[in-house]
Amino acid sequence: MSAIEIRGLNLYYGKFQALINVNMAVEAKRITALIGSSGCGKSTLLRCINRMNDLIEDVRTEGSVKVDGAEIYKVRPDFVKLRKKVGMVFQRPNPFPLSVYENVAFGPRIHHMARGSELDGIVEASLKDVLLWDDLKDKLKRSALGLSLEQRQRLCIARLIAVRSEVLLMDEPCSALDPMATLKIEELMQRLKKDYTIIIVTHNMQQAARVSEDTGFMLLGELVEFGRTEEIFTKPRDKRTEDYITGRFG
Amino acid sequence: MLKKIKEFIIERLIFLSGIASIVFVLLIFIFLLKEGISIFKTVGLFDFLSGRFWYPISDPPKLGILPLIMGSLLVTLGAVVIAVPLGIASAFYIAEVASPRVRDALKSCVEVLSAIPSVVLGFIGMVTLVPFVKALFKIPTGLTAFSGSIMLAFMALPTIISISEDAINAVPRQYKEGAIALGATHWQTLYRVIIHGAMPGVIAASMLGIGRVIGETMAVMMITGNAAVIPTTFLQPVRTLTATIAAEMGETVRGSEHYYALFAIGIVLFVISFLINVTADLFLHKDKR
Repeated sequence: MSAIEIRGLNLYYGKFQALINVNMAVEAKRITALIGSSGCGKSTLLRCINRMNDLIEDVRTEGSVKVDGAEIYKVRPDFVKLRKKVGMVFQRPNPFPLSVYENVAFGPRIHHMARGSELDGIVEASLKDVLLWDDLKDKLKRSALGLSLEQRQRLCIARLIAVRSEVLLMDEPCSALDPMATLKIEELMQRLKKDYTIIIVTHNMQQAARVSEDTGFMLLGELVEFGRTEEIFTKPRDKRTEDYITGRFG
Repeated sequence: MLKKIKEFIIERLIFLSGIASIVFVLLIFIFLLKEGISIFKTVGLFDFLSGRFWYPISDPPKLGILPLIMGSLLVTLGAVVIAVPLGIASAFYIAEVASPRVRDALKSCVEVLSAIPSVVLGFIGMVTLVPFVKALFKIPTGLTAFSGSIMLAFMALPTIISISEDAINAVPRQYKEGAIALGATHWQTLYRVIIHGAMPGVIAASMLGIGRVIGETMAVMMITGNAAVIPTTFLQPVRTLTATIAAEMGETVRGSEHYYALFAIGIVLFVISFLINVTADLFLHKDKR
């Protein structure tokens, strides 16, 4: 069974149709990349999976999205549970204006998962998973806003690990970072792959080729092609994919 | 050539307009200091601030402003206790909870509230709130610090609400998205994240509200009863610094001790408001950094 299964998904912002009949099956514990030029709907598609599009006024969706076999559109899901399971990393690292510790502890606290020394344990383990612990173990009480961009993005990932998310949606997680920081975040993604299903939206085709096992190419709201990354990049079936991959447009 | 002269004249004019406001403030300040400091030739600063009796027309006059300071502080404290929680709560409601239509309606109401002249608020308080307080607590007069606090709270509310609301709206959207994407409910997002981001602005808003309350004159003069005694409860008449100046300046002889004492009260008020505004400013700038 696929971790995420999308069938016949249409999405409208008012009158504008941003997603057109999208079908996609994402497998668990792999990295799936969504590529395409800006405005093609890849972020919108990503935000369908944790229903973040619901925050925007005047959005209408048709079709079906299943996470772990559970329908999240036709029946009203438990948003708290859904978003705990399907975590999101944003384009601009967005730690809360709280201390490093409180940032990681935020999720476990709101979901009443742990307190006291147990919570300390979760914070430590999560920061270790994103390789921040050694740098920050003496600075847990400092404001997270004082960290570097790369550290902030790692912290945002640690926040998700702390609530034991199963799916990580990454919306251009490296676009605010320099190449070295980008490389480190990509290494981190490889480390996390064994435990998490990761979907990454990226502007950067090379990044998709480097990190992902599966790739979907989107154009003007359609998912043109979806398949193994090496196939998409070496022998695409669709002419439009080929044109985009070879840089004829985009 | 003509163009150059024109430029020159216009530049000078703008410069003069800019400098004028500074000059006027300085002149007012110097005048206030000059007139007020004269009182300390006859009454010591400490006696003036801590004297328990304000009998300016007895012979010899007793010029202690402690009852007035206490009166001002008590009324302000009451107003703050009412206005700050209420104001912050409504700011959060307007900024985060209300639907766009309700939000617009509420914002215009707040603006109308700030447009009501204080004398009108005082008048309304006098004919409605004062008898009500008298009947509610079964006390001889409804002209009390408590009544004053309530009316002043109304005056502070628009300031507190609109500035807090700006601060809440200025909290980056990403914080909110981040919290919601983690599965936080609207309420959890509000009190665990947004409140932290908005805190400096909300504190500044409260300070500015307090500044408005402490400087307010007309309404307090009409409904606090104006008895210059050191208050022991909220349910007794008090006299504030501002009301004292307003009520007595017209009756005093220019150049008398009483006259100088009123100016000295002006200095005390100035210092208090100045300190409050500086504090508010510190928090506002902390917000920007």
